[in-house]
Amino acid sequence: MSKFKKKAQVKQEIPTASMPDVVFMLLFFFMVTTEIREASIEVKQQIPRASQLRRLERKSLVTNLYIGAPTKAEVYGKEPKIQANDAFIETTDIIRWVNAEKGKLLEIEQDQLTVALKVDMEAKRGIIADVETELRKGNARKILYTALEGVDKKKN
Amino acid sequence: MARTTPEIPNASMADIAFLMLTFFLVTTTITNDRGLSIGLPPPPDPNKPVEIKMQEKNIFKIQVNSSDALLVEGEPMDDVSVLKDMIKKFVTNKGVDPASSDTPEKAIVSFKTDRGTSHKRFVELLDIIQGAYYDIYAEQAGVTNKEFREAASQLSDPGKRSVYERGKRDYPMNISIAEPTKVGN
Repeated sequence: MSKFKKKAQVKQEIPTASMPDVVFMLLFFFMVTTEIREASIEVKQQIPRASQLRRLERKSLVTNLYIGAPTKAEVYGKEPKIQANDAFIETTDIIRWVNAEKGKLLEIEQDQLTVALKVDMEAKRGIIADVETELRKGNARKILYTALEGVDKKKN
Repeated sequence: MARTTPEIPNASMADIAFLMLTFFLVTTTITNDRGLSIGLPPPPDPNKPVEIKMQEKNIFKIQVNSSDALLVEGEPMDDVSVLKDMIKKFVTNKGVDPASSDTPEKAIVSFKTDRGTSHKRFVELLDIIQGAYYDIYAEQAGVTNKEFREAASQLSDPGKRSVYERGKRDYPMNISIAEPTKVGN
């Protein structure tokens, strides 16, 4: 009987000595993967889903254009708008914007500029086609429709 | 004389690390740099109006209207699951069926939308069209579809590049995305 009592008195503790190490490891993971976003996105961004995705080889050659209905509908209206960096631009400004983005790259890489179009799924083809026309004129012809991995099960 | 070794108290280290961890957890945004990649044609030259005559049978027509309804080769289609196989069959026909494409080089998938078509529908269909081509490429290169797309994203690697070129041989991805019609806006 006494044998069992002795056993019950043994303190059971989880060793916490390695906890800081574990936490630091997680911390470094997040520090490395994190990217501080330079601009706050002012348009709706519900990205459509697709399965045949491709990754871009070099991130430094990518520049983003956000298209969607403004999140502040009472200020900017309900019509989809184009956001580049942190400002709304009109389709007529796109060529200038493309040239500014190209200026940030090395001269030999300028024709490899890829424009990632982050388009809200509710946005209409019309505005996107206008953007594409301008991009063609601005000679930024590599584009990428950003999409998330997976198949959308919801049918319209 | 008892010598005391100076020590930094490290009991709070875990707390500090947790605090920083929480900060990074909250601020982090895992950026998504994946999507459907296409190349746009060069801008039209106003001095040279292009008139290309194509044989009707070499064009696979996909049309979407402003209410996202689909018309494939002139026939309405509700269920898109068969579309991928139709495109694959069309591209790889190589003149077997006289009513379908002559060669993979001549075969063109024409994708026409309306200004009122939603981006969601556009991406869904572009995904199917590109998927058909990637399936053909992957089969030709002897890898899976996913492996082929991975290889296509890493062309600086010579091994991956050879897979990519082996897959793409003889089958150019002729997807024509036409200027949208102007019914809905």
